[in-house]
Amino acid sequence: MKTRIRIAVLAGVAALGWPGFGLKIAAAETIVIQNATILTVTQGTVHGSLVVKDGKIAEVGEKVMVPQGADIMDAAGQYVIPGIIDCHSHIAVDGSVNEGSTSVSSMVDIRDVINPEDIAIYRALAGGVTTANILHGSANAIGGKTLVLKMRWGKDAQSMIFEGAVPGIKFALGENPKRAGNPPGGRGFSVQPVTARYPATRMGVEDTIREALNQAKSYKADWDAYRAKVAHGEQPIPPRKDLKLEALEEVLEGKRYVHAHCYVADEILMLLRVADDYGFKIRTLQHVLEGYKVADEIKAHGAGASTFSDWWAYKEEAYDAIPYNAAILQKKGVVVSLNSDDAELMRHLNTEAAKVMKYGGLSETEALAMVTINPARQLGIDKRVGSIEPGKDADLVIYDKYPLSDYAKVEKVLIDGTVYFDRDKEVSGRPAKELEKKKLIDKQKPSEPRPRTGGGRGSE
Amino acid sequence: MRKLVAALVVCCGFALADSMGAIAIRNAKIVPVSGPVISKGTVIIRNGLIEAVGENPPLPPDAWIVDGEGMTVYPGLIDALSTVGMPGAAPVAATAGRGGGRGQTTTPPVAQPAPVTTTTAAPPARGPEDRPNTSSWVLAADEIQATDRRIETVRGAGFTTTVTYPTRGIFAGQGSILDLVTSDRTGDMVVAPAVGQYISFTRTPGASIFGSFPSSLMGYIAYVRQIYLDAEHYKLVKDAYARNPRGIERPAYDRALEGVLASKRILLPANRLVEVDRMLRFAAELKQPAILYGMREGYRPEAAPLLKKYGAPVLVSLKWSEAPRDPDPEAVETMRNLQNIDQGPSTPALLQKAGVTFAFYTDGIDQPRELQRAVKKALDAGLAREDAIRALTLSPAEIYGVSDRMGSIEAGKIANLVVTKGELFDANTRVEMIFVDGKQYKPAPEPPQSGGRGQVGETPEVNR
Repeated sequence: MKTRIRIAVLAGVAALGWPGFGLKIAAAETIVIQNATILTVTQGTVHGSLVVKDGKIAEVGEKVMVPQGADIMDAAGQYVIPGIIDCHSHIAVDGSVNEGSTSVSSMVDIRDVINPEDIAIYRALAGGVTTANILHGSANAIGGKTLVLKMRWGKDAQSMIFEGAVPGIKFALGENPKRAGNPPGGRGFSVQPVTARYPATRMGVEDTIREALNQAKSYKADWDAYRAKVAHGEQPIPPRKDLKLEALEEVLEGKRYVHAHCYVADEILMLLRVADDYGFKIRTLQHVLEGYKVADEIKAHGAGASTFSDWWAYKEEAYDAIPYNAAILQKKGVVVSLNSDDAELMRHLNTEAAKVMKYGGLSETEALAMVTINPARQLGIDKRVGSIEPGKDADLVIYDKYPLSDYAKVEKVLIDGTVYFDRDKEVSGRPAKELEKKKLIDKQKPSEPRPRTGGGRGSE
Repeated sequence: MRKLVAALVVCCGFALADSMGAIAIRNAKIVPVSGPVISKGTVIIRNGLIEAVGENPPLPPDAWIVDGEGMTVYPGLIDALSTVGMPGAAPVAATAGRGGGRGQTTTPPVAQPAPVTTTTAAPPARGPEDRPNTSSWVLAADEIQATDRRIETVRGAGFTTTVTYPTRGIFAGQGSILDLVTSDRTGDMVVAPAVGQYISFTRTPGASIFGSFPSSLMGYIAYVRQIYLDAEHYKLVKDAYARNPRGIERPAYDRALEGVLASKRILLPANRLVEVDRMLRFAAELKQPAILYGMREGYRPEAAPLLKKYGAPVLVSLKWSEAPRDPDPEAVETMRNLQNIDQGPSTPALLQKAGVTFAFYTDGIDQPRELQRAVKKALDAGLAREDAIRALTLSPAEIYGVSDRMGSIEAGKIANLVVTKGELFDANTRVEMIFVDGKQYKPAPEPPQSGGRGQVGETPEVNR
């Protein structure tokens, strides 16, 4: 009676086909997860049951009424947490994640290049991630447009998009935007200065951002003037639509969240001041390894911080990082999340979260919050996901052990009440997949006679 | 006596048809494609057109008679996407890679000069306004070289017609329908000069991702999107200026946008299922009639319903995915690649069953034997022979809107015919005669070792 739920997307099939695309997913309408330890993140820990109805969490409690016809999942000895949310990822992208040719690449959009067949999605699922903020790279002072995906493995690109989530844009400060496109050692050493890209200094990064925002302001003014004329019954020729400036206009209007790659304290302050000057908010500071130095200023601006647990010294601007960064920012009242920025790290964000209990003495709930409800708040999707509460999306992870332990394994992952990862099915399905692959390999082997090795003996 | 003359005509290769009046191919099996097969009948051609076809049409007294006993007459084959005739053409991008991995649709760098642009160390493009890799105004018809030796090669494989495209760049230019006559005047070859804009997302050879815009797939897509926004605005401003120039700032002439506006359809690369989905949505967003080319994963069950839903015709590459020739013995092929190799050739049969309009393109396979083997793979995977023939004749003509003049054997259409001994795409079948615009050609003798892809006449070192 362990698993009676219908598995909507068999891992084995999903790895081969695109079943969600053509076929109808047979989602169980009502699921009851019983006998579990439920870490709700926002409502404490419940030893009991969880009812999922039509893709939403219907009820959580020690005792629940089991609706008729419900699929029962016995999770005795197991733990349920809300689906993990990664606030900084680059998976599921076709082609480069950087449009590195220009310092302002806000015309490009991750939405155009979603690759729903990237195996990293399935692997992230297997690590309990249900939602990820897919960002453009950091080669540009102002990077491309970004968006939030649910890891609905097996579905097409459009079905992966977290519907209703506010789209974002990547900004980047420091080494990456100033180095990209410039020769090592700086521009002074360049043989071909023509091909170097502006900016090559940290000052230039600020200037580039301000200049682009100035252009966006004037673009917005042109369009506002046009719209005013139309409202007066005139028929003027509209201004030219500019994808690059349109995205920045949305930033100025607060319709597009800024996720800013940054490390060094003075640059963080610079960006916050620029945003204040232009009247918009930085939604999240990404990496923000020196955030602890300017936590009060970050708090005053209202930016979120999405950082690494304990990764530092991998480049000059990461030398001053400390593993207490997340805890310090949190205690100063900043909404803090821990992210992966990496397809592998993405698979064990639960233990990344656990590290803030050691470095900073945060509670179990505070730690879990850094990979669930906090990133949900930062992405503006906390009404839908990030905790286990009635009415929220049934994005759930079932672990076999205490989820903040190194030994915990993900047993099942549900998104919108549908099982997208099931460890048992995955493991039991492997021999069949391997057999199928072997068959194809054998079929395609060139039918050349094998070279003889022995001295005329026919046997092999 | 008449037979003797006919035999002479067959042997001497280059046609006398211009001065000859009518030619009648008698007693042949005729496959008109647009109608039922005539098991024994006659095709009469005159002045480059089909004058009559039927079981027993009256023979004009001035007709040269060709005895078609034991032969089959088909409409001339059409290669729906080709570079034949283009000087220094790049291989068609969508299928340049072997296998079918998960990477984006790109072509490995080919170090050849671009056909038109004469850029010498131009500064890198920093945005759409620099119009990078764009030659949308180019027409293949204006660039073709009658001396391209591939003309003779593909004609020998039964092709009377190619839809030849410039293929370098994001907006490479417009394709032209060419009849493969041998002529000093390339204008004689052109059936339709502008049939669609070739779009590709091919990385500039050796380009760094920090080099010239665009350098990423999303950059390519954003560029194409911005160009269409610009074109719409350009037209608006130009029209307003044309109506009343007084007091209006003169709009700057932009040849890139002129070329885009002059294109009645676009060709978009799509090999993987993800790309099919992406490009169908993109074309709908751009509000442009589109043809998708490539279709390496067209066999996947989701592909045909998608294509059906959007009503987009597709060009299927005949260069099927193949196992790597010299694989790293340690390398493990992905399941997807193995499936592409295994099931790729079933794509046309599945598209046919789903009612998706498709045509074949040779993708550089121009040797008769190789073409035969490639089509045979599709037949073995379930495609009916008549559907394969249609995908190389009437279907491409319909896709390009020229089925009123070519693609089938009907009175009044252009006299493009292939006459074979044996059925088309059978291993032992030989092309006996080719008529292009009514002019008769003999297939060139096939080289003893078919060299594979690429252009004939190149040295192996160049043809890597």
